[in-house]
Amino acid sequence: MNIGEVLLNLWETSGLYGLFAGFNWQSMVMIVIACVLLYLGIVKQFEPLLLIGIAFGMLLTNLPFSGVYNPELWLLTEEVTHIDYGRVLHEGGLIDMLYLGVKLGIYPSLIFIGVGAMTDFGPLISNPKSLLLGAAAQLGIFTAFLAAILLGFNGPEAASIGIIGGADGPTAIWLTKELAPNLLAPIAVAAYSYMALIPMIQPPFMKLLTTQKERMVKMEQLRTVTKTEKICFPIMITIVTCLILPSVAPLLGCLMFGNLLTECGVTKRLSSTVQNELMNIVTIFLSLSVGATAVGYYEVDGKGYGFLSLQTIYIIILGLCAFCLSTVGGLLIGKLMYALSGGKINPLIGSAGVSAVPMAARVSQNVGSKYNPTNFLLMHAMGPNVAGVIGSAVAAGFLLAVFGG
Amino acid sequence: MDMTNPTIGQAAAIAVVGICFVFAVLVLILIIVKIFSSIFAGVKKTAKTEVPAPVAAAPAAAAAPALAKGSCGDFKLHDVEPKQAAMVMAIVADKMQTPLNELRFKSIKKVESEEK
Repeated sequence: MNIGEVLLNLWETSGLYGLFAGFNWQSMVMIVIACVLLYLGIVKQFEPLLLIGIAFGMLLTNLPFSGVYNPELWLLTEEVTHIDYGRVLHEGGLIDMLYLGVKLGIYPSLIFIGVGAMTDFGPLISNPKSLLLGAAAQLGIFTAFLAAILLGFNGPEAASIGIIGGADGPTAIWLTKELAPNLLAPIAVAAYSYMALIPMIQPPFMKLLTTQKERMVKMEQLRTVTKTEKICFPIMITIVTCLILPSVAPLLGCLMFGNLLTECGVTKRLSSTVQNELMNIVTIFLSLSVGATAVGYYEVDGKGYGFLSLQTIYIIILGLCAFCLSTVGGLLIGKLMYALSGGKINPLIGSAGVSAVPMAARVSQNVGSKYNPTNFLLMHAMGPNVAGVIGSAVAAGFLLAVFGG
Repeated sequence: MDMTNPTIGQAAAIAVVGICFVFAVLVLILIIVKIFSSIFAGVKKTAKTEVPAPVAAAPAAAAAPALAKGSCGDFKLHDVEPKQAAMVMAIVADKMQTPLNELRFKSIKKVESEEK
């Protein structure tokens, strides 16, 4: 081998060669989108813990020859109906290995343990009416499901698209993995991107559907919740929901387990671990692998596939509509509760019924304090917010029960 | 019924049943939480009434400080504005890394610092 061959070999294995030789505009577009998302995450600080991982995964996977993620290993077609996990372990790159946690539904449950440990159900227990807001904010799930059927998706696919409206990434992944694994990439990206973009998506609807007077409502102090109530709550919810919908056990069971670790007071070490180390590690793995699934273009047996397709565009649009409608559903019930309570409930907390914890509650707080700086809605909004987590898991369990059989 | 490819009518029915089902489950949880809360409130009340009342109430101060709404019961403010008290409570909760609604404040008093 002479030096010329070495240099040629070096050139042909470089990403630059791949960029020119295998040029496709789709990958370029994905790289630009990844950079925009990185900008939003770093400069605008839109949920950077999620968005930066997603965007960086997207960037890595679209750079030629990076080999970190091989979409052909995960492709399901009419001929290939099952994933060859042996092949994934032999030929997969780093993110293929991390993606196993998504594909096998491990990360959603682990994330739910962490979310449960970090969540204070006190506001929900002290004001259980918040559960109605959490239920109303699932409106988008079912309207998007209907819209997806109208656009030609089949039942299981439409159900997986609709669940984006729950604004709950782990639940969306969990349901899609069961019902429509072929759509996992666009649905996961849409669900997590919209969760990260909550500060942009929700405020216009909050302003549109509420009056200034309503936005300025100061809510009464919540009652004190005893430790015993807080310990009994996760046990009770697990029993009730699993008896009604056993399929939600991996999600709600883990959520309540994490919460019990915190509330029982005798497992502080475990609670601290799931809230910090476990949550951080799973978030890194999940965000990177979800982002990496957004491959602009690839070919298998001469046939082209990619993230940028008409189907993905439909999913992105339907997901956004579902998300907006869920926000609207929560706000409308919030307005109803405002009217029925004689103006004691601030309808802004209704938008927190979408289950992105705690981002949606934070948005309610921010919008409320903008109109009345002495208003502190955060704890009041946490009630519907955690109710939304339960609501979206119940909705997912319902859809799984209908289409999973 | 073919669930893989439902008709529009079937899909609409599933959507309506779905949202009603979510409401039903959450309303059931609401009722259970309410029942549990009232049971706990009853137990708490009984425990309180069993505690013997103090022999003689201390004479009320001539000018008793105003009671303020706390996150965990009421507490007294001595020469402190509610806004300042809220800030103090938030700082204490943050430093102790304990949710505010788990802290019980009895009173907040302004202490004059000596000029140096």
